[in-house]
Amino acid sequence: MDFIIGHYNYWVVIFLMMAGFYTIISRGNLVKKIVGLNIFQVSVFMLYITMSTVHGGAAPIISEGVENYSNPLPHVLILTAIVVGVATTSLGLALVVRIKEAYGTIEEDEIHELDHSL
Amino acid sequence: MSAEQLMMFTLVLPLLGGVGVLLTGRSPNLREAVTLLTAGVTAILVLMIAGRFLAGETFIYSLGEPVAGIAIAFRIEASGMIFALVAGLLWIVTSIYAIGYMRGHNEKNQTRFYTAFAIAISCALGIAFSANLFTLFLFYELLTLSTYPLVAHSGTAEAKRGGRVYLGLLLGTSIGLLLLAILITWLAAGTVEFQDGGVLAGKFDPAWAGLLYALFLFGIGKAALMPFHRWLPAAMVAPTPVSALLHAVAVVKAGVFTLFKVTSQIFGSAYILSNDVTGVLVWAAALTILLASLVAMTKDNLKARLAYSTVSQLSYIAMGAMLASKTALIGASMHIAMHAFSKITLFFAAGAIFVATHKKLVSELDGLGRAMPITFGAFFIGTLSIIGLPPFGGLWSKWYLASGAVETGQMLLLGVLMISTLLNIVYLLPIPIRAFFAKPAEGVHYGEVREAPKTILLAMLITSSACIALFFYPDSLYRLATMAAGGF
Amino acid sequence: MMQGHTSLLLVVLPLIFAPITAVLPRGRLTWLATMAVTSICAVLAGMQLMMVIDGGVISYELGGWAPPWGIEYRIDSLNAFMALIVAIIAAVTLPYALLSVEKEIPERQVPLFYSAFLLCFTGLLGITQTGDIFNLFVFLEISSLSSYALISLGRRRQALTSAYQYLIMGTIGATFFLIGVGLIYSETGTLNMMDLAARLPGVADLRTTQTGFAFIMIGFALKLALFPLHLWLPNAYAYAPSVITVFLAATATKVALYVMLRVLYTIFPEGVVAATPTGDLFILSGMFGIISASVYAVYQANVKRLLAYSSVAQIGYMALGIGLGSATSVMASIVHLFNHALMKGALFMAVGALIYRIGSSRVENIRGLGRQMPWTFGAIIIGGLSLIGVPGTAGFISKWYLVLAALEQQIWLVVAVILAGSLIAVVYVGKVIEALYYKPPVEDNISVKEAPMLLLLPTWALVLANVYFGLDTGLSVGMAEHAVETLGIIAK
Repeated sequence: MDFIIGHYNYWVVIFLMMAGFYTIISRGNLVKKIVGLNIFQVSVFMLYITMSTVHGGAAPIISEGVENYSNPLPHVLILTAIVVGVATTSLGLALVVRIKEAYGTIEEDEIHELDHSL
Repeated sequence: MSAEQLMMFTLVLPLLGGVGVLLTGRSPNLREAVTLLTAGVTAILVLMIAGRFLAGETFIYSLGEPVAGIAIAFRIEASGMIFALVAGLLWIVTSIYAIGYMRGHNEKNQTRFYTAFAIAISCALGIAFSANLFTLFLFYELLTLSTYPLVAHSGTAEAKRGGRVYLGLLLGTSIGLLLLAILITWLAAGTVEFQDGGVLAGKFDPAWAGLLYALFLFGIGKAALMPFHRWLPAAMVAPTPVSALLHAVAVVKAGVFTLFKVTSQIFGSAYILSNDVTGVLVWAAALTILLASLVAMTKDNLKARLAYSTVSQLSYIAMGAMLASKTALIGASMHIAMHAFSKITLFFAAGAIFVATHKKLVSELDGLGRAMPITFGAFFIGTLSIIGLPPFGGLWSKWYLASGAVETGQMLLLGVLMISTLLNIVYLLPIPIRAFFAKPAEGVHYGEVREAPKTILLAMLITSSACIALFFYPDSLYRLATMAAGGF
Repeated sequence: MMQGHTSLLLVVLPLIFAPITAVLPRGRLTWLATMAVTSICAVLAGMQLMMVIDGGVISYELGGWAPPWGIEYRIDSLNAFMALIVAIIAAVTLPYALLSVEKEIPERQVPLFYSAFLLCFTGLLGITQTGDIFNLFVFLEISSLSSYALISLGRRRQALTSAYQYLIMGTIGATFFLIGVGLIYSETGTLNMMDLAARLPGVADLRTTQTGFAFIMIGFALKLALFPLHLWLPNAYAYAPSVITVFLAATATKVALYVMLRVLYTIFPEGVVAATPTGDLFILSGMFGIISASVYAVYQANVKRLLAYSSVAQIGYMALGIGLGSATSVMASIVHLFNHALMKGALFMAVGALIYRIGSSRVENIRGLGRQMPWTFGAIIIGGLSLIGVPGTAGFISKWYLVLAALEQQIWLVVAVILAGSLIAVVYVGKVIEALYYKPPVEDNISVKEAPMLLLLPTWALVLANVYFGLDTGLSVGMAEHAVETLGIIAK
């Protein structure tokens, strides 16, 4: 039981990760896939952030009387990763817009059909 | 010129000739002059090399080391000298022939034809002069590739199919088996250099030597050992000069020459004899000799019949190599030259008949001899030389091969040679005899048939007289052959 | 200090020029700027390699922050060699790009195209330069994002869907990599590669470390298009603009392979690799990849797609080299990495020249063009021979060493697969050559002329390199041996 509760952050991460992954695989709608991709990435961000917490640690801002800080480095890393994620999402959405223009649909199976009926 | 310069120049000259042909492609006369000139100079150079080689000069040159420890290097030794002589001398003869043939036959793309031809000769000389297996393999593959356009020359569906079989079998066996064999040799012996007495002795477990030899034997697809012989009949769709020089001389001889080198200078005949490496494999050659002769009998197409005859004759050389005794090796290397001169004569004649009458089938030739006496005379001489009768060169090589079989106590193989001689008589001799003495089929008249163009006749005269000359003056060849067999 | 600046400049120069190119006026100025940047980078990469060979490992601390806290660029012979490959290929591609891009990309997008190209170039160079594993992730994403955009610029609408497909797959791969980095960071508390190498042996037995290792491997297997994670590659290569296909085929997967080598041999200790079935998986994936992708290649109707499948097969050879894990095999892998860049570069360039003339690379449309475009045809022949591995070409050298490595360990199945792969290559290369030469030309193409000089020269530069490195292997094999020594791989 301790194992389960003690690692609750991991359970959240794993749940999110699988949910996102499943969405990417199972959905035929290109926008939904990108949503899934976002959930998938966010789960990893959470993995990093929760990992950086130190028991009893305060926020990593130097102040009087605080000895124990959480590790600030993962936050910084994840800031970078979030930027990357935003860029990926925007590029993906831009592609979806272009696909919509070119095919008139954003459903994967319909696109597939259009390509093969040429 | 120094020895190295002479050797390298001889190697590069046909390539330069090929470029010259490409540049002068617009004017047929100039183009053919370039071909003849290059071929003539090549022949002279090869003869010069032979003279200086017999006088004891050494020819060694290294171009660089693409793989650590393995150089692209050239070194002339006796068996290579024989092969180079054959390829170099017959090129000029074939060029003379080809001009008559290609013009008489109005072939297309002649520039490509002469260019590819020149490159192929350069590759054949490269094989002959190789100092190690790696260099040999390099030119072996280049030879396959450069002759592919010649096989597929006419561009018809049949030619393309033939080309595919040709490329598939030759590349398949060489990449799949030969390369593997070379790599194993390199791994075991630490060298792929050709050395008298071989490099494998003491370094390679004799228990596996038979298997390695089999990889070489079947990997060298150009030796046309059954079941990898199919490419040779397939290649017969090529114009006759190609069949004559490349598929009776340069390409197939490159195969058996490689086998000869592997036997004498990678394995070493002592290693083979003391470990009985080829005891079983020699029967693959014996079977090929017999089966190919039997197949030849069933072929009505003249070139196909000659092709199967070549398959059979090549296995003489393979068998001689595998017997690995000194006499057998002498016989094998002499047969490289003897068979070359005889078979090219036969192919020249077949081409001459085709140009003059457009006939391809053996059964259509009855009575044609009286209209084309020179052609069929040459054919007759070639036939007798293949059979091995005096006074023709073919006798000597067959004699040594047979003695080799006796010397190693392989009486059964001697029997194979004898039966094969009989089969030769059965499938070759009737052709000129029926041409001279049988009556033409009903309703066929040869009153208007004339001999083929003069250049064709000239080429046939040269090669058929060479068959006779080699009977009376085999000394130089014999000296080279004994040197190749590892003596003196 | 000068040394370090060279290494930094390699990354910073294209990064600075990327936005500059985007705002330059249309016309050939953007091309000229890009051309200048890539050429300078090629020179810098050459200098860097010389310095590494002469003076050993270069270490540069970004912003003066000492590692392991700051980001460190750490250049040994392996990544110096990689940087040189990337930079040289870019420099050779650029002259080719001018006409090809004018033909295939709408004029208003050209500056943005070069801008994205420079970003991609920055990312790839950055991956090779950096000694910090998170920094590597950032560069990976820079190169990936820009290559998605570049691929989507292809002329046909399938370019959009294949870019999208690549985006999804690539992001999953990168995220896997990120998870792996996170896990090993949680065990070691460092992101510097050398520091990781020092600390990982202490935690090698932990499951977290091994899981992290697996995530990193899978992540990069996706980027590398290692069989069976290769599905994005054929479409992406087939529909991308010709220039981008040339560039990505010759560099992107190679850089991914470099990261694999780095992770396997520098960062992780022998223990993790031995405790996991990594080697066997590489061998399996390599063997299946070689055979299945080669067979797929035979049945493709589009030459670009055919070559793309062939790339997957060639990646299989490199995977085999890694999987066998001996000094010879890893060296073969690195040599093949280099040689494959040359041959695929040459081949895709030649096919690009066909597309430049007739606007298609489908087998039925290119029939008979060999006679009208003899130089392009010659390039395809020699490139194809190199792909098959005919002696005298670069392709032969890498296969020679690879088979040698397999023979050393007496794994006959691998030997058979490598040779079989070569034989299937004969079939698919033969198919292209036959179409080009022996088929009667298509009506519309009767008047097609040879491709312009500006396309032919870079193509032939790579073609001749294929022949040169088949005869003189001082640079390719020499560098690979040097790199293997640096990685500390022992002969098995």
